[in-house]
Amino acid sequence: MRTRRAPYFLVLPAWIWLAIFFVVPICGMLSVSTMSGNVIDGFRNTLAVGNYAEAVATYWPQLLRSLFYGFCATALCIAVGYPVAYWVSFNGGAHKSTYLLLLLLPFFVPQVLRTINWKFTLADDGVLFGTVKDLGMLPEGFHVLSTALAVICGLAYNFLPFMVLPIYAVLERVDHRVVEAAYDLYATRVQAFVRVVLPISLPGVFAGVLMVFVPTSADYVSASVLGGTHTTMIGNIIRTQYLVNNSYPLAAAITFVLMAILLIGIFSYARALGTEQVMEVQAK
Amino acid sequence: MSTDTTTPAPTPAPASGRPARTGGLAGRIDWGKWFTRAVLLWLFAPVAAMVAFSFNDISGRQNVSWQGFTFKWYGQAFAYEDLNHALFNTVAIGLLTMLIAGGIGSLLGLALGRYRFHGQGTTNLVMFAAISAPEVVMGASLLSLFLTMSISTGFVTILIAHVMFTISFVAITVRARVMTLDPKLEEAARDLGAGVWTTFRLVTLPMLLPAIMAGALLALALSVDDFIITTFVSGETSTFPLWIWGSTRAGIPPQVNVMGTLTFSVGVLLAIGNIVLARRRR
Repeated sequence: MRTRRAPYFLVLPAWIWLAIFFVVPICGMLSVSTMSGNVIDGFRNTLAVGNYAEAVATYWPQLLRSLFYGFCATALCIAVGYPVAYWVSFNGGAHKSTYLLLLLLPFFVPQVLRTINWKFTLADDGVLFGTVKDLGMLPEGFHVLSTALAVICGLAYNFLPFMVLPIYAVLERVDHRVVEAAYDLYATRVQAFVRVVLPISLPGVFAGVLMVFVPTSADYVSASVLGGTHTTMIGNIIRTQYLVNNSYPLAAAITFVLMAILLIGIFSYARALGTEQVMEVQAK
Repeated sequence: MSTDTTTPAPTPAPASGRPARTGGLAGRIDWGKWFTRAVLLWLFAPVAAMVAFSFNDISGRQNVSWQGFTFKWYGQAFAYEDLNHALFNTVAIGLLTMLIAGGIGSLLGLALGRYRFHGQGTTNLVMFAAISAPEVVMGASLLSLFLTMSISTGFVTILIAHVMFTISFVAITVRARVMTLDPKLEEAARDLGAGVWTTFRLVTLPMLLPAIMAGALLALALSVDDFIITTFVSGETSTFPLWIWGSTRAGIPPQVNVMGTLTFSVGVLLAIGNIVLARRRR
């Protein structure tokens, strides 16, 4: 009887904490999202579904832009992160752990501070472009800041390790003899990669996509610091509606729309691949 | 590595894990190496800027152009009273999160890795959701809760939020370790007359400790770095990232870069320690 009850004692604190501060708030937000009223007269629940209509009608450009930026940042992370994970795992040799540490080291500096300094680096008169400009190698009116490119690069910059680490974790488990066997069977480097290494590493890529796409498409730090008025993301809107305008019902409705899109995406994605597999890679 | 295969390639490349297939092209450029180095350069560029500007001899608060080298900001690192408060809050919340989430998460991880129980699937699902839910959603929904319950936001609500979003990370780290433990060791302890509690204390816990430490440190790192969730539930209380954010309009004082450089140095020291330890073990 003891052992049968033991797991419940172990999980109880976590259950309580996650139920009260994660599950209940998200369900509660559903009720806030259908309230009407304002911050002075108070809010009443009138089952105002109109908030959703307003949220989608007003902010669909920011929603789509966020998903697009998230997509681009994720693609950039794969493009940059996969070769790094591949090279470190296969050719890193004795320095593997050093490379991984170097990859994580910048993240000891808070994200906000890193993004702000990244902005200084990218600034028109900054270290990078200022120098190139002085050499007369850039056209007049050239700038990177306040463009979509700056925001996407900022997002990719901030979330790159979340792509590299899962891919690395999977590549580390690849039995090198399998690759050698492919060479023995006269596979070229490209064939060995495409037909042997790539399929094995896909779960890592999937986990990385999840770890990068969701946070990037809901992020607002990069968009605020590196972007301009044309690069506002849905996170910026949610923040403003909640903390500046105090229009909680509308803000909750926008949040819910965003979460619905992401969660439906995540769960169909996880179901197609198996939740366990995705989570197992994350743990590494 | 490549010892037990009959590869036609003449000599395996040292420590590369793949046989050297192109023996005649020894001088070829290792693109992977240079690409990796370029990426690292990219990652370190803003950090380098931060370290450089912490030595910038400026007058006033606009720390954007280089005006000469000075150590004076290190001498005046704690000149801003409210920045010190923010820093203290960050450290205090980080350490408390580490303890609470480390404890609760470890228990959860142990249960998930060891037992089968009702609600296990739901627990996994909730954890999965808590890891993959966007921060802005977690922050906003918590703020909604605190508003409806008329709970004023501040230190305690930040702590609650940080524990909430780090529990799952700790649990997953510990669970992975629990699943690799050999149950025979615990059986052996019990055969030798140890009770359930003694077995746990003398056998299970020591084996889990590295994972618990790793999970707790992860919780600390996530807590110290968090900005988005904290913004929503902070009220009047400030933390280090929030303070930096608030000071961007007025110009970031060099003290921020000094503190950033100091936290970065802690990371560098940890990394060096790790490398030295790994060398010694070899």
